[in-house]
Amino acid sequence: MSNRPITEDDLHAYVDRALEPEREAEIMAYLEKHPDVAKRIAAYSDERNLLRSALLPIAEEPLPPQLNLARMIERPRRRPSSLRWAIAAMLMLSIGGLGGWVIRGATSAPAGGLAALAEEASDSYKVYASDHTRPVELRDSFELVQWVSNRLRQPVKLPDLSQSGYRLMGGRVVPTAHGPAAMFMYDDDHGERLVVLTRPMTSDQNAPMAAHSGGDIAGVSWADGGTGYSLVGPRGVDSLRPLANEIRKQAQTI
Amino acid sequence: MNDMLRLVEPLIPALRRYARALVRDHAAADDLVQDCLERAVIHWEQRRSDNPRPWLFAILHNLAINQFRRATTRGVHVAIDETNEDAFGQDAEQEHKVTYRDVMAKLARLPHDQRAVLLLVGVEDLSYADAAKVLGVPIGTVMSRLARARERLHQELEGAAGDLNNNIVQLRNKT
Repeated sequence: MSNRPITEDDLHAYVDRALEPEREAEIMAYLEKHPDVAKRIAAYSDERNLLRSALLPIAEEPLPPQLNLARMIERPRRRPSSLRWAIAAMLMLSIGGLGGWVIRGATSAPAGGLAALAEEASDSYKVYASDHTRPVELRDSFELVQWVSNRLRQPVKLPDLSQSGYRLMGGRVVPTAHGPAAMFMYDDDHGERLVVLTRPMTSDQNAPMAAHSGGDIAGVSWADGGTGYSLVGPRGVDSLRPLANEIRKQAQTI
Repeated sequence: MNDMLRLVEPLIPALRRYARALVRDHAAADDLVQDCLERAVIHWEQRRSDNPRPWLFAILHNLAINQFRRATTRGVHVAIDETNEDAFGQDAEQEHKVTYRDVMAKLARLPHDQRAVLLLVGVEDLSYADAAKVLGVPIGTVMSRLARARERLHQELEGAAGDLNNNIVQLRNKT
């Protein structure tokens, strides 16, 4: 018999039958001596079984046709190869519009603190959006918001782009010359990824939306009430603007 | 891709069960599983472990969480009373129906992070380490959520046992 104290974790592992036999025997001996704890643990066990029995019939139902995996493998709805063509076609189409907004960019290109933020967001996009192994550090949105809010020392609101067809993949804290920034990543049904970078601003505490571009990516940056935002994606500024407006609107309702 | 069919197909019933217990709406749950499988087909070569089970549950869980968030921003709210009766076993024995209905209603009252851990560990038999991977949290967080979830479900069911008779009358009145 070991002298290790019994923990609440042990008791739950006992309920889940996840203990080594030796430890399990120790828990059983403990429960025999502590009827109150034993009663609670027995109830947990019963309720675990109740839940299993209540849900068992779902797993026994015949699968609906929409969940035919063989058919999905045969004909994937979103084929990566056709996606590459779609991106190529999109780039070809946007070249025409590109000249237009590069010129406009000359009049509204981000400057000062906002320019730094735009560059940080573009760098984050280049490094993380192309990462297929671990593009984000945390996926759980609650944990994520808690984490970045702690690191940025201010409440951070998670932009919701689902209305525009982009789902949150997760995010991480990224280092910048101006301290930690929160990066959120989204993707749509075609696997196209967007990055939103946000951090407190030292200069340019309020700045109107400004567009920037470089290589295959474009971005829109702005600042409201001391917090800067930059949205970066593989498409032109015109498709990012409505999303940026949406993020800005949501952020104002903190 | 042949190994994908062999490895993944047997998991589909469990994925459906998890989705339905989590989101409670029959059709929405199957849509989530379909979305999950389609993503799995595309990203099959990119998975990092030999065991596709936690990987698939993670994809499904993230899709469900995103849906919760969409529902919250749109203000969609499904009251407990509106729970689809198909949300749990149809083949249950009559005398079990009230109990099963009860436990599902109580489960639905739990915050979804607690509900998720209770289902992954207690019903889907994922190890604590795999559940942590699915939820994207440390194992310590899985354990504390599990403890809170079990205690909360227990309290809810204890409270329910007292007025079980009232529940039966209410249910009959509704039909």
